[in-house]
Amino acid sequence: MKMQDTHPSLASAAPVERRPAAMIWLARLEGPQTMGRGPWFWAAAALLVLAAALYPAFSNAYTVGNAAYFLVWTFMAMGLGVIWGYAGALSFGQTAFFGVAGYGYGILTINLGAAYGLTVLSLVLAVAAAGAFALVIGYFMFYGRIRGVFVGIVTLSVTLVLETFMAQTAGPQWRVGDARLNGFNGMSGMPPLTLPWPGGDIVLYPGIGFYYLMLGLVVLCYLALRMVLNAPFGNVLVAIRENPARTEMLGYDIRLYQTLAFGLGGALAGLSGALYTAWGQYITPSSMGLTSAALPIIWVAVGGRRDITATLLGTLAVLFGFQSLTIYGSQYALVVMGALLLFTVLVAPGGIVAAAMHQLGRPGGKGRR
Amino acid sequence: MTEILRVSKLNKRFGGVTVARDIDFSLERGSMHCLIGPNGAGKSSFFRLLLGEHAPDGGSILFRGEDITNLRSFRRIQRGISVKFQVPGIFKALSVRQNLEVAFQKHLHGHNLTATVRRVLDFTGLLDQAAMPAGNLSHGQQQWLEIGMAVGVEPSLLLLDEPTAGMSPDETRKTGEMLHDLNRRGITILAVEHDMAFVEQIADRVTVLHVGAIYAQGTIGEIVAHPGVQEIYLGTADA
Repeated sequence: MKMQDTHPSLASAAPVERRPAAMIWLARLEGPQTMGRGPWFWAAAALLVLAAALYPAFSNAYTVGNAAYFLVWTFMAMGLGVIWGYAGALSFGQTAFFGVAGYGYGILTINLGAAYGLTVLSLVLAVAAAGAFALVIGYFMFYGRIRGVFVGIVTLSVTLVLETFMAQTAGPQWRVGDARLNGFNGMSGMPPLTLPWPGGDIVLYPGIGFYYLMLGLVVLCYLALRMVLNAPFGNVLVAIRENPARTEMLGYDIRLYQTLAFGLGGALAGLSGALYTAWGQYITPSSMGLTSAALPIIWVAVGGRRDITATLLGTLAVLFGFQSLTIYGSQYALVVMGALLLFTVLVAPGGIVAAAMHQLGRPGGKGRR
Repeated sequence: MTEILRVSKLNKRFGGVTVARDIDFSLERGSMHCLIGPNGAGKSSFFRLLLGEHAPDGGSILFRGEDITNLRSFRRIQRGISVKFQVPGIFKALSVRQNLEVAFQKHLHGHNLTATVRRVLDFTGLLDQAAMPAGNLSHGQQQWLEIGMAVGVEPSLLLLDEPTAGMSPDETRKTGEMLHDLNRRGITILAVEHDMAFVEQIADRVTVLHVGAIYAQGTIGEIVAHPGVQEIYLGTADA
């Protein structure tokens, strides 16, 4: 295609129809930065959610509680997808933010109690603390022009420092109010999420109620992230990933965008951490260890880091597989995880789920990209 | 005419290499100015100093009367400078339309963004390729896309680093027409260029850089006739 011989002025094109703002936001559920669009995709998504909603009717409370456990981790994975897949910064820091919010929830609820919806307030504050911590770390990294592999090194260091610090808090002097940090023995005794309700509080122990809360939150987060990633903010993140120098030369302060993406990802990891602590009423420093820091990388890489749907589905699939293998021994399961990561890197570097979705979206496939 | 850019006593060294030596340079608003010179003359380094990619060792840069010498790159861009690099600085994994959206959404939103993207697609002749990944465009089309990205929000000053590098003669001619059109719309253009036929097509004035310093300035006729410029850069008829 040759450039046309006469160049129309930039102001000479036909006017474009104006759309209301609400339509624009709704339209961002689909967009260039997320796979899946059209009635086939949304029908499949609705069926999947319906199946997940009906699942407790065909299962027992223990298994449903386990399923809720899988869903707890997806927020951290989606957050890593934003930081690594969209903004292009490989971070091992998700577990640090997970731990900050996990311990934060424990400290707050042990001191405040469970009445009057204070566990919900504690959860919100814990997530905010994790997000704020991520913003601070992100600020020093990105405004200090740390990039590439060094982001991974710094974030891994932060995670391991936090683990080391928490591991030496076994003594009775390490307490915040009534909350003993307890070193490697872990912090326990915090109340589960308790929702104030007329006629009696609803206590969300691991089981069906907690499962439905997780399902609702996952759907909400997923849809919100689709809109954010297809908004101008998401476009800039992808531009930074592709060519940071050029993005800056378009007038963007790329440090700010990277920091905000890091904060958003950190807050999502915090949501996982606080919910994990509420689910199991227990958290230990090993949740911030080297293994814990590496696992989210595998979930996201195997699913597909550059698409939030692939990240979500891949994480659930890998977690289910990991849990199933753990029956035969946790070390054995870790070896399989490593092999899975190698397979992904060598065969489907964009992620296995993403590759499958891409294949489905090709002409002749059932969906559309 | 009024001055849009004034560079005074600009100096920059990298170790033992001087890439800018006491450069005094000014640019009139609405002009089309070309920088030429042999390889290693400091043309691209001069651009990088103007853009803030390199911090100068001394001297100052005034843009529209404001001292921008110590501003970060993105702040200079926000003040109305735009750039097209020698190697197309596009986002190859994004579609042509997304490239333009990213380029304009800092300044435009909603209807205005959509309308401007449409206008620039029309202007660059890339309307039919709007949904195509930008990496699949031909080299010339990538250059036009980047020019489109640089001019959609109508900057005051457009910096072009070898805008026709790798283009066919036909593409080069059409790029020249495009730049004239942009200049008529009030955009001041400063281009680094090696192709003297293209320089003749677009430039009001030409500056010759040599070993980091300004060697000569004038109209294209004066520069072509300059014996020193012929010797260091253009070559002589009997050479």
